[in-house]
Amino acid sequence: MQTTPILDVQHVSKTYHTGAGSLPVLKDISFSLAAGTTCAIVGPSGSGKTTLLGLCAGLDRPSSGMVTLHGHSLHLLSEDALATLRNTYVGFVFQTFQLIPTLTALENVMVPIELRGDRQARTHAIDLLQRVGLGERLLHYPVQLSGGEQQRVALARAFISQPRILYADEPTGNLDAETSEMVIQLLFALHRGAGTTLMLVTHDHDVAQQTQRIIRLKGGMIVEDSGPPPRRSPGEQEHECPGERPANR
Amino acid sequence: MSARESGQRTVNAGQARRVLWLWKMAWRDSRGGRKRLLLAIAAISVGVAAFIAITAFDANVRDAVHTQAKSLLGADLVLSSRQPFAPETEALLATLGGEQSREMSCTSMAYFPKSAASRLVQVRALEGSFPYYGTLETEPPSAASAFRTGLQAVVDDGLLLQFDAQAGDTIKIGTLTFSIAGRLKKIPGEAVAAALIKPRVYMPLAALQQTELLHKGSMVTYKVYLKLPAEVDADTLLETLHPHLSTYRLTGETARQRAASVGRVMTHLSRFLHLVGFIAVLLGGIGVASALQVYIKDKLNTVAILRCIGARASQALAVYVLQATVLGAIGAMVGGAGSLAVQTYLPRLLHDFLPVTMPLAMAWPAVLRGLSIGVGLVVLFALLPLLSVRRVTPLLALRAAYGERQPDGRDLWRWGVLLLLVGSICAFAFIHTERWTYGVGFCAALGVTFGLLTMVAKLLMRLVSTLSISAWPYVWRQGLANLHRPQNQTLVLVLALGLGTFLLTALSLTQQTLLHHVSLANTSGQPNLILFDIQSDQRDNVATLVRSYGLSVLQQVPFVTIRLVSIKGRSTVELRAEKQNKIPEWALLWEYRVTYREHLLDTETLIAGAWQSHVAHPDAVVPVSLEEEIAHTLDVGLGDALIFDVQGVPITTTVGSLRRVDWQRMQPNVFVLFPAGVLEPAPQFHVLVTRAPSPDLSAAVQRAVVQQFPNVSAIDLTLILQTIDAIVQKVTFAIRFMALFSIAAGVMVLTSVVLTSRAQRIRESVLLRTLGASRAQIRQILVIEYLFLGAFAAVPGLLLAVLASWALATFLFEAAFVPAVLPFVVAFLLVSALTVSAGMLGSRGVTTRPPLDVLRREM
Repeated sequence: MQTTPILDVQHVSKTYHTGAGSLPVLKDISFSLAAGTTCAIVGPSGSGKTTLLGLCAGLDRPSSGMVTLHGHSLHLLSEDALATLRNTYVGFVFQTFQLIPTLTALENVMVPIELRGDRQARTHAIDLLQRVGLGERLLHYPVQLSGGEQQRVALARAFISQPRILYADEPTGNLDAETSEMVIQLLFALHRGAGTTLMLVTHDHDVAQQTQRIIRLKGGMIVEDSGPPPRRSPGEQEHECPGERPANR
Repeated sequence: MSARESGQRTVNAGQARRVLWLWKMAWRDSRGGRKRLLLAIAAISVGVAAFIAITAFDANVRDAVHTQAKSLLGADLVLSSRQPFAPETEALLATLGGEQSREMSCTSMAYFPKSAASRLVQVRALEGSFPYYGTLETEPPSAASAFRTGLQAVVDDGLLLQFDAQAGDTIKIGTLTFSIAGRLKKIPGEAVAAALIKPRVYMPLAALQQTELLHKGSMVTYKVYLKLPAEVDADTLLETLHPHLSTYRLTGETARQRAASVGRVMTHLSRFLHLVGFIAVLLGGIGVASALQVYIKDKLNTVAILRCIGARASQALAVYVLQATVLGAIGAMVGGAGSLAVQTYLPRLLHDFLPVTMPLAMAWPAVLRGLSIGVGLVVLFALLPLLSVRRVTPLLALRAAYGERQPDGRDLWRWGVLLLLVGSICAFAFIHTERWTYGVGFCAALGVTFGLLTMVAKLLMRLVSTLSISAWPYVWRQGLANLHRPQNQTLVLVLALGLGTFLLTALSLTQQTLLHHVSLANTSGQPNLILFDIQSDQRDNVATLVRSYGLSVLQQVPFVTIRLVSIKGRSTVELRAEKQNKIPEWALLWEYRVTYREHLLDTETLIAGAWQSHVAHPDAVVPVSLEEEIAHTLDVGLGDALIFDVQGVPITTTVGSLRRVDWQRMQPNVFVLFPAGVLEPAPQFHVLVTRAPSPDLSAAVQRAVVQQFPNVSAIDLTLILQTIDAIVQKVTFAIRFMALFSIAAGVMVLTSVVLTSRAQRIRESVLLRTLGASRAQIRQILVIEYLFLGAFAAVPGLLLAVLASWALATFLFEAAFVPAVLPFVVAFLLVSALTVSAGMLGSRGVTTRPPLDVLRREM
């Protein structure tokens, strides 16, 4: 049985207009992701990976084509509606961690659900930070944390709002091999625990291999798509991950 | 509770939590930026302190004028005349009842035997218990009553200080020598500054008759002060007296009228100070806008992250607007606290100009008004840079290159805020100026000032950027390049410091121009000493005395005192009674001192009609020549008839010609000039014009004249210069005090700008040091940058100062502008030194931070 795609990208193109002329970055991209699956976008620098990620997350609008996220056609939504959609369904992990420097680790994690007015934000954030192994560093500021720790805080922040889909842009790009391995394990464990769809942009062949689907871009076009993964039975879900969805939420 | 109500409560609670989050986020996000914003707060605090102090001062003055209304006049009603009260007038006064005091005042020379020095003073001879309300403040206090009997006088404090005299010494007025009973500190309803022009000497009325100062034609003012019975309303009484006032050539004033007129003057003063203080608030606002512009550039990434994780643009904006509002509120409150100090100092500063005793009270409504204006302006100024938060794309979190979308000129919000800001400034100006045209003038002047400063700053930046300096040493090139690099604060600093430089230098230049203009009259050959009130029988003897000191008599001019009886066939009594009459009362009641001669002087130019030098038949209609301004005031032109009363004899004249008179030359000029052949038989006094080559000789001649001819008065150019200097000093000191707030706000802006760009400087310094630059080189770069920045700020400020003081000199004072070099050089050096000092002080540690420490943080 085919599940409803959480993300549907149809004939998307993106062209930037600069003083030097038009610069096409993406050309007629189409694919869809099923809920709960993992997908890696790979390709050389300048192939349009990050641009595609931005369009899929509703951070930017395509020049043509259509992106549908969780049943919402993004091109029909206002900026504010897109923000609400991101807050409700989307999580992000960035290459440069992108923690707010003036907020402690705990406060960084709390922000997404505080925005919704969640009363239990502090409890959930502490819980999640403990799961990623940072229970002792709640009140540290980003500058006081190592790169790996910062990325773990970013993971906790991404998962606290229980997103339906998580976009990760080169999540290990700024980390050493050992830390990268730990962060990737944590990312996949959280994905499995929460049933979140995972779309990650990476240069790392090994990381890409851990996903169910690999889309290869070159020159703004899909040159290879390993195709959607076979559907798993619910019994195949793993439950050892720290990001398991709490029963009371 | 219904399900609907329950749902509504949940929604409300959710909204409340979201608002709470905004406050929390604003607080958390401000960490690390609070110190940087501290000086921006200081800039606005300085402005608000000045503004609140003036607002409170204004409120306290109004209150004081209201509560001290009666002591402003010292009586319920005062009636005055320029001629002795006729028997009919005395009869009228007798019917008014109540308590009455009489005063006669005139101008005379006072001679201090102890120091053998003399000076022109205003003699006030008093009889009765005036003042009935308030007190004559004297030292010792008993002198206020002691002088009323015998040959005693109280003398203005400043005059006694000038001649090193004290109570117990003597002063000679006319032919009488008085014992000085005490120092006169304050007279009800009169500002101390009034004594700068004519110091006052009080003596008993009975003694005045014995001084032999009063001759035919002497200019004396006669006053009667009335304390009316409680049941009589002074204003109603004055209204009923109105027809008699015209007939008896009297003018009247009640305590309420005096309070209203003093209130008007005080309102003008406080309005003016408000405008000067407002400039400090505006500068503070500019400082806040500039500090927030740098601050918000550092926050763009945070905004992008917030947008990525679901914050709406409006929520992100609200976080920073809240920060700005709290910043403004703290700044305004600190300013409010600081204003307490200014509030206690301001009345002391303006003491000499205040005719009321100022209470030391907190004017809370004024404080609140000042606070809200301060916060409002901060928010409006802050919105200009903060609006860019709305345009931050969440894509920035993915890739720094996406950056902020630049405003394309169609951002209606930005235009809206600008409009609101300009509107608020104009509204403020309109409220605080007498007429809307003045408000427009203030706004236009402000616009031109800001516009010119901006233009010059941009021009200088462009000049530096296009300057071919490739051959210059590296540190010079780098220092200059810093002035036009991205995120430079050159424009803001030019505005902040340039405005302060402009205000202070313009004041100095205007002061110099005025003094120089007056001293110009002292050029070789020009008269600089005038002796007046010489009686006909003293004329030759005074001339002989003057010549005996080796001085030549340049002119001897006869003067006749006359009054206007009718203008164009309508009597002055009739005109005064008329409500539509536009001729001012003073011009109708004025005792005109006129002269007669056959020729015009070199200070006079005929502008209309023909000058007739001689009248053959004294009974014919006399063609007189009128000074152009008095002709305009009296609303007469060529051919119009004027009847004058020449000491009881009516003389019919016609306006035969109009003259333009150069009043700034030290000559016995007159409004009305008669041809020869008419006034010769009339009672007259004479004026002698001479030139004393040195102040010492001038003083010696004056001493001799006063001793031999006590009724003769003297005025010399040195005295005029001293008086103008003293007044200008006092006025400019008060203005300078307010302008200092603008300077202080400018310095705060400078320091806050230096500190907000500190992080950028540290990064640059580290990069340069990593690439091999020495600390000395980096320090040189900083000194060069700040030196040029100071110079950039000073130059347009100085140019504007020249422009403004030239305009003031040419259009207001009608004097030739004197470009004094010293204030120019001092201002230039001061602003440059100040900028370099603040810059280097704020950049401490920039060259000492270990490069690795910074690079690690950046990576």
